[in-house]
Amino acid sequence: MSANGKPYIREVSRYRWYFSSPRYLRYMAREVTCVFIGLHALILLVALRRLSEGRDAWEAFLQNLTGPAGVLLQLVILVFAVYHSTSWFNVTPKAMPVQVGENFLPGGVIIGAHYAAWLAVTLAVLFLAGAF
Amino acid sequence: MSERIVELEVLRFNPETDAEPRFQRYSVPCMNEWVVLDALNHVKEAIDPTLSYRWSCHMAVCGSCGMMINGEPKLACKAFLRAYDGVIRVEPLANFPIQRDLVTVIDDFITKLKRVKPYLVPKSDQPVEAGEFRQTPAELKRYKQYTLCINCMLCYAACPEYALVPKFIGPAAISLAHRYNEDSRDGGREERQQEIASGEGVWECSFVGACSEVCPEHVDPAGALQQVKIRSTVDWYQEHLMPWSKK
Repeated sequence: MSANGKPYIREVSRYRWYFSSPRYLRYMAREVTCVFIGLHALILLVALRRLSEGRDAWEAFLQNLTGPAGVLLQLVILVFAVYHSTSWFNVTPKAMPVQVGENFLPGGVIIGAHYAAWLAVTLAVLFLAGAF
Repeated sequence: MSERIVELEVLRFNPETDAEPRFQRYSVPCMNEWVVLDALNHVKEAIDPTLSYRWSCHMAVCGSCGMMINGEPKLACKAFLRAYDGVIRVEPLANFPIQRDLVTVIDDFITKLKRVKPYLVPKSDQPVEAGEFRQTPAELKRYKQYTLCINCMLCYAACPEYALVPKFIGPAAISLAHRYNEDSRDGGREERQQEIASGEGVWECSFVGACSEVCPEHVDPAGALQQVKIRSTVDWYQEHLMPWSKK
């Protein structure tokens, strides 16, 4: 390449850019952990299929799920799903500012409302599942 | 007033003679209260008059002296030398072509800014005798933070989406569009939506949030873009599920 009098354009790596700053890595962590949410949805789909295949299939599925590998997998999913969900909850005040009168509600209130809704939905699911 | 020698490593590029940029080291005697811009001015005045860079106000208002300082987009007039140890690396703003040394080509941003109509489009023509368009403090507060944008383009330098997809209209321009959309006196939202609710607009943003982290005026472009996404989604549902609600 030789000098051509034109402005110089710096190339950006399509695959390594997120290593250039911790804030990009945090973003990638938030995005990549959605894979575990998908994995959990997949387990639910498999569960439905096994349920439709009859009692034996369902019980074999439950046995796998409650075995050491199944429990470990679900724990890993839980950790990443919590990370994914909380990282989204924590940015909700940016997307959904609420103005009351002249002032905006503090971000903590909006984040807190999301946690409260999460708790309510969790309790409702546990109630429907007969946990109480 | 204490003085210390600061080592600056500055990216140099002359399009007439250089095939690619190179770093040049300067040893600059600096005062404790100096910012990076003071050190560059000293280089220009006393060491190397060929160094090119933009600056104007020296008080974080004009937005001219944005550059990468140790890899971070910063205003050189707001980056105190005492905050840095060792060699300070100064480069032109990332994600923009280098015109010469620390000067970048900003035409892309200016074109995008024009596209979003960053000015009041009155809802209706009103004679001067009708008086001013009045606004309550609450209505002002709705958009006030976005008025603080100084078009310094640090948010573009921090945005990986803009780096990878240059057609993206980007944080500052969309935030300024949002500023006028949120203004109770404005009637230009539909015209701006053509630009900012498009594929090149907010839907290119994946909410990295770096724009808000680097903004020297504490504007929250990331917030503005997410709000535009929500509003545009509501528009879409209204248009498709309740076509009668559209004027």
